[in-house]
Amino acid sequence: MVRRRPTSLFRPLGGVDQRVLKRQSQLVTQLNRRGVLRGAVSLGALTMLTGCDISDDEQVRGALEAVSALNNKVQAALFDPNKLAPTYAVDQVLKPPRYNAYYPVDKVRPIDLTTWQLAVTGLVQDQRPWRPADFATMPQREDIIRHVCVEGWDYIGQWSGVPLRAFLEKVGADLTARYVGFKCFDGYTSSIDMAAALHPQTLLATHYAGEPLGDPFGAPVRLRTAIKLGYKNPKWITEILVSNTWRNGYWEDRGYNWFGGI
Amino acid sequence: MRLANRDGTKRLHPWPVRVMHWVNAIAVIMMVGSGWRIYDNDPIFTQINFPVPVTLGGLPSLAYHLHGDGGFSNALLWHFTFMWLLVLNGVGYVAYGLITGRFRRMWWPIRPREVVAAVIDALHLKLDHEDVTTYNAVQKAMYVGVLTALIVIVAAGAAIWKPVQLHWLVALFGGFQGARLVHFLAMVAIVAFMTIHVILALLVPRTIKAMVFGGPRVPASQPTAHLMAGE
Repeated sequence: MVRRRPTSLFRPLGGVDQRVLKRQSQLVTQLNRRGVLRGAVSLGALTMLTGCDISDDEQVRGALEAVSALNNKVQAALFDPNKLAPTYAVDQVLKPPRYNAYYPVDKVRPIDLTTWQLAVTGLVQDQRPWRPADFATMPQREDIIRHVCVEGWDYIGQWSGVPLRAFLEKVGADLTARYVGFKCFDGYTSSIDMAAALHPQTLLATHYAGEPLGDPFGAPVRLRTAIKLGYKNPKWITEILVSNTWRNGYWEDRGYNWFGGI
Repeated sequence: MRLANRDGTKRLHPWPVRVMHWVNAIAVIMMVGSGWRIYDNDPIFTQINFPVPVTLGGLPSLAYHLHGDGGFSNALLWHFTFMWLLVLNGVGYVAYGLITGRFRRMWWPIRPREVVAAVIDALHLKLDHEDVTTYNAVQKAMYVGVLTALIVIVAAGAAIWKPVQLHWLVALFGGFQGARLVHFLAMVAIVAFMTIHVILALLVPRTIKAMVFGGPRVPASQPTAHLMAGE
């Protein structure tokens, strides 16, 4: 039971999406039937034989992913869209920010700002692409927030740019849609729930510590949200897609939890 | 649920205790194994790493071949699955211990002087194990200690999982990395407990048998008898 209270400014009117679970219902069925039995037997073997690891058994992995899908729902229920993440002082800001991607920093390809554009697709009225200069014409916001990586490290960063909510309103996005998806210059993808997209501390960041984003950190525009783990913050965004169709992402395809809320 | 017999006795370890004990053992082993693999991705102490074979998350090369990630996601999936088993089972266990009076009866009181005396006895290999129905002061302190460590590790884990939604809890642990450190140190305490616990249990196998089959019958003392009889 995760239908949200309708009292919040930031909640989507449509309530929480059931489709993620529906999509995983096959996995849940497997979990109920063979998964648990097999898992229990395998587990017994595992606890007796160190080194005999069943993690990559297809059935086991499927059962674990089914629980991860349930964890999406639990996290959506725990998420308070009115709660602001703690913010920090300017002197705590790490400069430059910590580089992180699925490849080393020397593989970062610089973007040509003269030709760069951001595609806006899906359930939006105005599908005209955005140029870097367009972001400067929008209301700006700055947040000094903690970046939390799923690996365990963290740092304080000073991010500024256009609130994603303001951007979505500007392009006439359907704010009752379920998801906002992102495609990136380096092939990275991710998607977040609309409630997270509308949170005031979710920015399309163009600046770090008052300077335009450097190449390794997602120039010219990246997502920076205070309420999700690091891998839910795609860099070098080239397309924003508003949709009711659930899409996974780069790390999420590899087994990281989709919701990734903190 | 009748745990007491008509003659006013019950097993030393009633069946709920036994079930929850072994479920807890499985949950802790799975959480520690997967936690070690997660830890290795970003060690708190650079000189402390857990070799892959003692961690839970699969063979890195196979995992990478199957889903493009060297087992880290496997470890995360294990950790965020078995946390439910650990927490739900733990809540049941604590509720049972409090409601039936088992905690008070078995673990209380712990007198520091007795703990010291028992430690000295233990060092002289003089601890008496003839009677498995009562715990000496060291045992009491150990059981209370490991339960405390489990509660702390769950609280620190919640702070790490939801540092924004539960930021007051993060503050309690002195920040995000503070919560990670407490989570780690509580793991060390639990693993240390388990090591001693298993060694001593193997030295006195009757204790293992008791935790499987229930052990000797003991008087169903107050207030257990009242509660169990449903009064």
